[in-house]
Amino acid sequence: MLRVIVRRLLQLVVTLIGLSLLVFVWLRNLPGGPIEALLGERATPERRALLVKALGYDQPILVQYAKFMQRLLTGDFGNSIRSGDPVTEVIGRAFPATIELAAAAMIIAIGLGVPLGYLAARHRGRLLDNMSIAGTLLGISIPIFFLGYLLKDVFTQNMHWFPPSGRMSTGVDNTEVTGFFVLDGLLTREFDASADALWHLILPALTLATIPLAVIVRITRASVLDVLNEDFVRTAEAKGLRHKTIRGRHILRNALLPVVTTIGLQTGALLSGAVLTERVYNWGGLGTLIYNSISGGRDYPVLQALILLAALVFVVVNLLVDLSYAFIDPRVRVR
Amino acid sequence: MSDPITRPTVGTPRESVDSSAVEEKREGTLPRGIDRLGERKRARLEQLAQATADKGGVSLLRDAFRRLRRNPTAIVGASIVALFVLVAIFAPLLAPHDPAQRFDELTKNLTVDSIPGASSEFPFGSDPLGRDFLSRMIHGSRQTLFVGVLATLIGLALGVLIGAIAGAFGGWVDNILMRVTDVMLALPALLLAISLVAMASRSSQWTVILAVAIVNVPIFARLLRGSMLAQRESDHVLAARALGVKQGSIVLRHMLPNAMTAVIVQATLTLSTAILEAASLSFLGLGDPDINRAEWGLMLGVDGQRYFEVRPELAYYPAIAIIVVALGFTLLGEGMREAIDPKSRR
Amino acid sequence: MSLLDVRDLSVVFQRRGERPFTAVDKVSFSVEPGQTVGLVGESGCGKSVTSLAIMGLLPRRGNKVTGEVNFDGADLLKLRPDDMRDRRGRDIGMIFQDPLSSLNPVVPIGVQVAEVLERHRGMDRKVAMKEARELLDAVGIPDPMRRLKEYPHQISGGMRQRALIAIALACKPRLLIADEPTTALDVTIQAQILTLLKQLVDETGTALIMITHDLGVVAGLCDTVNVLYGGKVVERAERHELFARPRHPYTHGLLNSVPRLDSPRGERLHAIRGSVADNIPWVEGCAFAPRCDNVVDACLEGTPPLEPTATGGDLRCNNPVSEEVAVP
Repeated sequence: MLRVIVRRLLQLVVTLIGLSLLVFVWLRNLPGGPIEALLGERATPERRALLVKALGYDQPILVQYAKFMQRLLTGDFGNSIRSGDPVTEVIGRAFPATIELAAAAMIIAIGLGVPLGYLAARHRGRLLDNMSIAGTLLGISIPIFFLGYLLKDVFTQNMHWFPPSGRMSTGVDNTEVTGFFVLDGLLTREFDASADALWHLILPALTLATIPLAVIVRITRASVLDVLNEDFVRTAEAKGLRHKTIRGRHILRNALLPVVTTIGLQTGALLSGAVLTERVYNWGGLGTLIYNSISGGRDYPVLQALILLAALVFVVVNLLVDLSYAFIDPRVRVR
Repeated sequence: MSDPITRPTVGTPRESVDSSAVEEKREGTLPRGIDRLGERKRARLEQLAQATADKGGVSLLRDAFRRLRRNPTAIVGASIVALFVLVAIFAPLLAPHDPAQRFDELTKNLTVDSIPGASSEFPFGSDPLGRDFLSRMIHGSRQTLFVGVLATLIGLALGVLIGAIAGAFGGWVDNILMRVTDVMLALPALLLAISLVAMASRSSQWTVILAVAIVNVPIFARLLRGSMLAQRESDHVLAARALGVKQGSIVLRHMLPNAMTAVIVQATLTLSTAILEAASLSFLGLGDPDINRAEWGLMLGVDGQRYFEVRPELAYYPAIAIIVVALGFTLLGEGMREAIDPKSRR
Repeated sequence: MSLLDVRDLSVVFQRRGERPFTAVDKVSFSVEPGQTVGLVGESGCGKSVTSLAIMGLLPRRGNKVTGEVNFDGADLLKLRPDDMRDRRGRDIGMIFQDPLSSLNPVVPIGVQVAEVLERHRGMDRKVAMKEARELLDAVGIPDPMRRLKEYPHQISGGMRQRALIAIALACKPRLLIADEPTTALDVTIQAQILTLLKQLVDETGTALIMITHDLGVVAGLCDTVNVLYGGKVVERAERHELFARPRHPYTHGLLNSVPRLDSPRGERLHAIRGSVADNIPWVEGCAFAPRCDNVVDACLEGTPPLEPTATGGDLRCNNPVSEEVAVP
């Protein structure tokens, strides 16, 4: 088990080093070169000269890379070209918003997807199954930003069920503790703020959940179908066990193993989707930050940090998923 | 990351009720009513001979093709795709107007909060610049097909190259190439595409195509490598090696063609995601800046978004077109997968 | 009164758009309390389907089961699914062919034994685990305390089958159905498992239905033997009678194809020609006709009825092997 962890950690380090190399090369090849990319077009010659020196631009490429790595490891990503604030600060402000949105989307996707996938498999070939297959196909074929506009149009413009955009109504008094607004409200006992934040969260989370939901339904369905054919399910039936026991202990405990892996792999799709969803609902998270740092004059220092962060999140989440596997599946544990 | 700790597969082949029943049912479809024992046996032998002759090398593909034609998923998908391609080919004949021409009778009615709707002359109404929306939709099929196919083909070519090299050589070459694909897979697809677009000083149709293509490279590379590695251990490659066939020709003649079926299926599915990704880039303002270009993703992502409240049809029509075409490619791809590997059928 | 009385049991598989297929065709047999009955035949002859039909374990869709399965005064086929669920594992236990795949890979052995006790004997987890330990001990699993916490992949094939036997006998059922319990095991282990089964059946007075293709298993275990072919019982006899004087050409062929220690060296084994798949076009005649050495014209006209023999068994054949040509 320990060997597996060590190997996976090593793999993670290799991936991250590869990524840093890629970003390094990327920065050097940006239009106008890295100096302009990092300082913007309007920087003074003095500042340019300073950065050339700081980056070791007059030195061999290896030294440049070493300095680049040094800055990465110390968390020094420079300042945003747009706002002038330190990049870490800019990202730190947006990070909780996206995590809140992504977590809510994942809760919806898992909470709906697993039962739906299970039911579809149990009623294979019947109406529910066919409908869920059709639904998942539609889910992966619809541009999610369009779905976002559609939901917004129906539920806010026409029915006024949900607020159209933002994370919180203006005028609601909230105290920021973690940056997760729903959680903050609970922590500070400002329950109205919590409720308001939750109200704002529902439509964006639903929009973002579409693709993971479709994927989880499909994987769960296929996996449950596989398990239903297994001999041990027949054994469980032969023991006369109750439906509940067979479903939970014998079918789902086995069928959910591949679903767990899928959830890890969906992190990437979730971040991609967040860029689009946040734009539709004007949600002030990383997605909006990505959009702003590319469309309103390119903010490469922010973009660079975002790329690294996104990859880091993806790799770490998947590492955790793989490791959790070892605790869920006894066959992996003993190796 | 994409190598989750490998698990032993549970369950060994067994005498199962269903499969033996199915097996015998198939046999049961033989013609009935021949009286003589000998004749019956001869007929049966001939049948057997025919069955085994069918199991030859080429017929694997023929089998798959036959299953494909009987698969409703594949038929629906193929019909949608065929219709889409036909519209794209004959767009200039089908479109009632020039998609780039601005019509006075349309422009004169354009205001900030109203865009002319359907009329007998312009069944889909006007676009925000006073052009015929129907003609733009029809011509849009061409550009959408162009972007999707090109992005997929470039991604496929690069991915196949990397995957084939990794799969054929193995060892450290494989290791390095796979770590590179790991890094690319670790980045969310859209963010990777955005970073790539950002490398160009100005976005154009080609930056979109290339960005979408490169996002798909690691997927194709992994897929091809995986199935080539599986091939390496397979009996027919072992046999070829035992017969002293050269490594190069084993790779080209034996491993690659077999591995390619999975890649072709993936390519069909990728056509769908490529169109969606291109639309997403347009939505983020990173698409083709050419205002004359009629492409569904562009129409949905730019005008559809901007004028959603004024005239939602500007979003609905391209969105529906994209959904239907994406669905078509997905259905066809799934159908092909089922045809090639009947066990995957769920 | 018989413990189990199967009357005209038929199972027809029917999938949409396909021709119905009769896997079990009017099979009748009975099992007395404490008796061991064999169901013998090649794969595809319907023996496993018969046992699944008795247990009510056939898929709910795609098949039609007719006839009667009288057990303890009730027709199991007419029971409501929940009532049948109460009986499975309590009144009738079952063990399957492949012990690895028949055990849940992600649940400890102990829980898999205990859950059946919790379900049918109302024990709580603690008591059930204690009982499970004793059960594992009784089926000859060494160090049962440790095994309780282990997973199926951690123990050997023979031990897995012992664990499955412990599960099946946990509630002291009156009938145990064993579906090829030794086929997936090593030869040396096979003998141990059979000995264990015999011992447990004798000790507890449980009746046993032994489903097998292996006549060696039948010879050591069964009181009565039903030979199945093409979904039909073709011959039924007491064990000694069957081995001494097989009447049906199929039974005869089966016995001849078993290697014997006392046959001359170098003698070829007699295989039955063809395979089970050959029977299907012959639905209107005897299913075994295309493979039969004794085939006569009547065999192609219709299936002969199952008729009592002089020695107390039953036989379904137009031209049986004469009693004198019995296997030496």
